[in-house]
This record gives sequence, structure tokens and C-alpha cells, in this order.
Amino acid sequence: MAVLNVNGKALNHNADPRTPLLWVLREQLGLTGTKYGCGIAQCGSCTVHIDGVATRSCQVPVNSVGNRKVVTIEALAANGTLTKLQKAWVEFDVPQCGYCQSGMVMAATALLAAKPKPTDADIDAAMTNICRCGTYQEVRAAIHAAAKA
Amino acid sequence: MTIHQTSLRRRGFLVSGAAVAGGFSLGFSVPFGDGAAQAAETKEINAWVVIHPDDKVVIRIARSEMGQGTLTGLCQLVAEELECDWSKVAWEYPTPGENVKRNRVWRNFSTGGSRGIRESNQYVREGGAVAREMLIAAAAAQWKVPAAECAAASSVITHKPSGRKLTYGAVAAAASQLEPPKDVKLKDPKDWKIAGKPVKRIDTLDKVTGKQIYGIDFTMPGMLVATVRACPVIGGKLKSFDAAKVEKMPGVKKVVAIDGNAVVVVADTYWQARTALAALPTDWDIGKLGEVQQETIVAMLKEGLDAPEAFVGNRVGDAKAAIAGAAKKVEATYSFPYQHHVTMEPMNATARYTADKCEVWCGTQNGEAALAAASEASGLPVAKCDVYKLMLGGGFGRRGRSDYVRQAVLVAKEMPGTPVKLIWSREEDMTHCQYHPITMARLTGGLDAQGNLVGLQIRISGQSILASLLPQNLQNGMDPVVFQGLMASGVEAAYGYNVPNLLIDHAMRNPHITAGFWRGVNVNQNAVYMECFMDELAAAAGQDPLAFRLKLLKPKWAAVLKAAADKAGYGKPLPAGHFHGLAQIMGYGSYVAGVAEVSVSADGMMKIHKITAATDPGHVVNPAQIERQVSGSFVYGLSAALYGEITVKDGAIEQTNFDSYNMLRMDEMPKVETVLVPTGDFWGGVGEPTIAVAAPAVLNAIAKATGKRVRDLPLMHHELKKGS
Repeated sequence: MAVLNVNGKALNHNADPRTPLLWVLREQLGLTGTKYGCGIAQCGSCTVHIDGVATRSCQVPVNSVGNRKVVTIEALAANGTLTKLQKAWVEFDVPQCGYCQSGMVMAATALLAAKPKPTDADIDAAMTNICRCGTYQEVRAAIHAAAKA
Repeated sequence: MTIHQTSLRRRGFLVSGAAVAGGFSLGFSVPFGDGAAQAAETKEINAWVVIHPDDKVVIRIARSEMGQGTLTGLCQLVAEELECDWSKVAWEYPTPGENVKRNRVWRNFSTGGSRGIRESNQYVREGGAVAREMLIAAAAAQWKVPAAECAAASSVITHKPSGRKLTYGAVAAAASQLEPPKDVKLKDPKDWKIAGKPVKRIDTLDKVTGKQIYGIDFTMPGMLVATVRACPVIGGKLKSFDAAKVEKMPGVKKVVAIDGNAVVVVADTYWQARTALAALPTDWDIGKLGEVQQETIVAMLKEGLDAPEAFVGNRVGDAKAAIAGAAKKVEATYSFPYQHHVTMEPMNATARYTADKCEVWCGTQNGEAALAAASEASGLPVAKCDVYKLMLGGGFGRRGRSDYVRQAVLVAKEMPGTPVKLIWSREEDMTHCQYHPITMARLTGGLDAQGNLVGLQIRISGQSILASLLPQNLQNGMDPVVFQGLMASGVEAAYGYNVPNLLIDHAMRNPHITAGFWRGVNVNQNAVYMECFMDELAAAAGQDPLAFRLKLLKPKWAAVLKAAADKAGYGKPLPAGHFHGLAQIMGYGSYVAGVAEVSVSADGMMKIHKITAATDPGHVVNPAQIERQVSGSFVYGLSAALYGEITVKDGAIEQTNFDSYNMLRMDEMPKVETVLVPTGDFWGGVGEPTIAVAAPAVLNAIAKATGKRVRDLPLMHHELKKGS
């Protein structure tokens, strides 16, 4: 049995130590908001925060996490209130199919934490997640709106 | 209604969502209570409308939501006629099995071809109107007044003379007992209050909190997880595998072969199954297919360009004679490669099989086809099968095919009673698709001395989707879908130019790679061929591409192109080094056009600064969602134009994941401005048509910027540097 610090709780799991964090979150801890897209850290659907840094969890072996703090999409509105970024996401009706949006929201949340007033260039650099529905225009608008909120 | 009471529901699993017209709250994401008590009070007014005692309205939608917004749009149409309070609207999917039991009361579940709203608007609006009339009749009966003295608005029925009021929830039980009226009059769209408005999507909240359950997230007690590896060469067979090598690996429960062409490992978790599958020795029988290379396929298509035999799709006058006698002849050959859909959620399905029941939980664009696949794979009659549709992490045509459903059922059948979720790896998904077909086209045009187009011939050579997936739909061997956007007539995808002498034909050449419907289907490459060549003809005639087109285009096509050009400021000065390219097409019943503003730097860096896109979809049900479909269509179309290419080596697909199949990201996304020019006299689709104009508009701008005409996609293979 190993312990992970996820969303402020110490959670036990019995996955093989080399299992990617993504699959431990999804299959051992029931946190399915973090998505599998490519498994090779290209698409960003599996983005979580590890000690506040947006990280693609499909390429993070669970035994490398140690006692660092993992935050997933489920924690953002844990107290029942959407974050200002999530509110902007709703206001701009960003998601289409929505599958990539957990990763988008986590990447954008980390961006705003690092740069509260990001420029378009900052957004381009930080938001490399793939969305096949093509929500990029709304993603950009929502980030700017959240920065102003 | 049994679908309210599945055991899954009682476990708190939701197939439904709640609409929140204004504002939002987390509490809203739980549309139904548990337990039979509430279910017993909840009244189905008709197949489309269920009303709860607290006035909550549940609208049943048969089409699948995959991002395109069909849930919201169809709910708007039902709610409009129902005269209900939009803030109380929730939705649910009826199951395909229920549809069978009820004599297909919900009609077509198939969600493709941008058909959701354009093909079901009439009967879903009637469903809402019938329910409204029954609710009014129930209130009138309670008051013992004529129904004609009553009116409904915002879920409240008012007896106009007395001012008495009853809510829908209060009369739902009585209304559900009434005979539905035979005829109902639908509203004039100019009187719409909910439809036609930019209301928010009804499925957003759970998608920003991580709560939305997609097929891949589905779980149930005792469920195992499987993953599959099919023969890397499509059409090849499994020769042998050595299960003993992996059976003792952690979590592994079973190793099975299915359909003679694939191996599956079933384990406690996906990662265990995947790890074991990677270690499983397999041997394949690929035969002669292993000799097929990309060059083999290209040569096959090139041969078709000159073949004497071809299926004629559109003929006017005598194109060959007109071109032969023309003052100037222009000829060019274009090509469009295989494309992959790349839904962000890889294929998956969960199945549970017992001797007398087969159930499937999955995202699918075609619930009825998934049900048929479950029946066929399980060997059980349809009446003993059902499919519970889950949210799709993208469809784009890929999930219209039920190959993954069949596989899941075959695996579940090996373990009766145990639910098994089958998840494809991205690599499996990338290499076992039904790909956007590969085609080439040779276009030959004749101009008279005044630069008028007197004859045009288009020879398409390449793969037929129908031959691959639906050979029974071929018409005397011909695939009419090949001519999308180039068809002689019809309300679906007709050719917009008046050309006095025209011949468009197709030499069908079918490689072994499975071809399939890919968002936009054949309009995509046909628009590249036609619209790029139009610019080539205009250049040869020494005319402006817009003016050249407007002389030839029929009114509806011309109006949309002009709307896009006007909005983009076409013909007016642009920033230095910027150039406009344009394109138009009719597809999926709608008329669309796009103008791309592009620059190419001296060292060959191309930048798309802005896209202006016009659409005439006839009726507009939700302008905000159409805007999103249009801008998203450019992401899809430009991804294909810039990077999209699936190639074949030794019979197998070469690309395996996102590192070898690139797509447009945020930094390359141009600003897209959408112009809606609805004429209100027809119903067109919006999910797909715009994709087709993305590539030709950009290619036409590049040609202006560089003098180079790119005729083979994707663009990433072309050097745009000046002098190269």
C-alpha cells in the first residue's frame, strides 16, 4: 500500500509503482475527471497540478510523486463554488465535447496563478493542450475574462 | 418508463444533465432523485416530454451529443413548442432498445451528416406541441372550461377569462392520461422565444468540474478492464499468441482472441491490461497486404486519373468538346490524403453478457447501430440487448461505426456475468480507424477569349466510403457520396456554379485501408479541388477570384460568398504582406463561405491572421452555438490542411500517436469571425459544412502571397520560402 497526497487528502493505493499517475488517479482513486488522451504527454488531457505546476500525469510514474501535492480538476470547486476561471468557462460556454476541458482548465489555472494578467503570447505558450472540437477561441476569451474578474 | 428506473440510476449514475438558462449552481447537476417513489409520480406526457411534480421538464433526445450542441438545440426546439420554463429543462437519452420496443417512436438515433436538427426539427417540435396541448387540455378539464380559453407560457397554464393558473407539474398526471391531439400547428420561427436565441449549452457545468462521465470513465461493481491489439495490417489475421507468457502478470484475468484478428487482455485495471498486452507474443498473418506501400496506393490513384471508365456524377453539355475548342486550357492535379478523426477520447465500450441479456454502455453516434452490433456479437436477439449511451469525447464520424462495441461484447461473452470495459490505446485507435478516404483529382478548364469559363472537367480518382462500409448502398457500383458539393442538384450538397459544359466523374480505386465518414466527409477534398482550381482559372482569365466566381455562382451560393467577402473587407487594402483567399461550398444543406487573411514571411513562415466565415443554414436555432461550430470547424479543417496525413507502410498505418499525427494548437488558431445570413426557407446543418472552406481559402491566400500553388496536402510538406 502506498500513499498519495491528492486534493489535500492522503489516499492509499496499491498500484504497481511504475504505473502512471494518470491511471492511479482514474482507476485506484476514482478521480476520472483527469483524462487519457495520448499517453505520451502531447495532448494535455491528463493535466494535473503537482506542487502547483501543471503536469501531464500520463508520463509521471506514481512512485516519482513522493509526498508532493497533487491537485486534480475535482478539487477546484470542491467547496461547491466554481473558481473564477471555471465561472468564465461557463460564461463563455467553452466546452464542446468537453473531453479535453479538464486539462485545459488545469493548465489555465496554473497559468493564471503564475501570470495573473496573461498576454495572448503567454496563453499561446502555456496552453498547448489539443482540442479537436476547436474551442481555442473560447478558451482564450475565457482566460482573459477570468484574469479581469 | 423503464429508462427512469435502471439499476444504474439507483446507483447514482446519470445519463442525463440539467439545463441552466441563466447562472449556474453545482446543485443543478443532479437531475433526478433516487428511488421509485419519485419515479412513480413523474409523468411521461409523450415520448419526448416527461414532467415532474416540481415542474422539472425532462426532454428526451435521441441524437447523440458529441460537442456539436445538438442536445441544446433540440431541447430548445421542444421547449419552444412546449412553452415550458427553460430554466427547468433537463434532458435524457432514451435507449435504442426502448426505441425498438416502442416502434421507433424516437425515429433515427444516427448522429452524423449534420443531421440532428435539420432532419428531426419537425417531429421534435411536434412532440413539444402535442405535449403542450395535452397539458392545456388537462387544465381545461380540471376547470371545466374550453381548452380554447386557456393558454400556456413558461410552464404555467392560464385560463384567460378568469385568470386561474395551474403549473405543468400540477396537471402532468392528468395530461398523461389524455389522447394526444392528431394535428398541432407549429409556431412561426419569427415568434420563437427560446429557439433562435443564443442560450447557453445545457451540458457545460459537469464538463468544467470533471464530473462529466464519458464512456471511458464508466464503472460498475465487479467490472474488469480490457485492452485490445488487432492485426496491425487492416484485413490481416491472428496466426498465434502465447497467453501463458502474460497470464500470471499482475491483475491479469484472461487473454482471449476475438474475430480471428485481435488479441485482448482482461485485467483488474487498464494499466495492468495494457502492460500485459505489450508483453504478449503475437504472430500475424498479413499475406500480400504486407507489400502495400503508400506509393502503391498513389500509383493506383494516378492510374485512375486517366482511366477510360468512370462513374459520372454531374454532366452538363459536352465538356470535352468545349475545352478542346477553348481559347485557353488550364489543367491541374490535386491530392488529398487519408485523415484520422482523432477523437480526444479513444474508442471504448463496456459490455455485460449473460445467457439472456446483453447490455452495452458507450459513447456512440448511432445507438441503433450499436444495438445491432451488440445483438450480432452476442448472438442474442435485439429484444434481449440494449445500449446505454454515454457522453462522447468527440465523434467526428468515428463513433458512427460500432467495431469497438462488437469487440467489447465479444470479450464480455467470454466472461458471462462480468462487466468488461474495453479501452483502446491511442496507438490502437490511430492505427485501426475508418479513415477519411484518399483521393486525387485532375481538373481541366477551358476559357474563351474573353476569359469566360466555357467547359470544366473534373476527374476524381480514389476511394469510396460506401464501398468500404456500406457496399449495399452503392448504386450500380457508383458511390454518389463521392460527389458531395459537386452534385447536379438536390438540397444536400449541390454544385453552385453555372458552367455551360461540365463533366464530373469518379474512377473508384479502393485500397485495403478502411475508408469512412470523417467530419465533413467528401465535401472537404471536393472544395479544395474546386475552389483552388477556381482561383487558378480566375488567374488564367486575368480576373479577380471573387468577381470570377460571382459571374458563375447561383444566387444562394453567391449571397453567402459575398457576405463573407463584404465582412472581411475583401478588395480593400490589407496590412502589408497580407493576402485574402476565399472559398465557398454547399454541404449538409447549408451554404458556406470563408475568407482567410494570410501572410508568408520571406523565410517561408505562414501565418493565418484572420478567418471570416459566412453561413446560410436556413433557420438558426442557436446562433452562439453555430459560431462555435464554425470556429471549431476551422480548427478541424486547418489541422487537416496543415498537418493531417495518414500513410501506409508494409500494409499498416505508419502514424501511431500525436507525435506522428499533429494537429492545430492554440498558437496557430486564427481569429474566426462568423457571419450568419439565414434565409429562413430551409433547414441546413452546421456541424460540418464549414470545414471544407478552411483549406482552400488558406491555399488560395498562400498562392497570392507566394505565387506558389500548393496542390497536394498537407501543407507541412511544402516549402513556402520565396525562391524555393
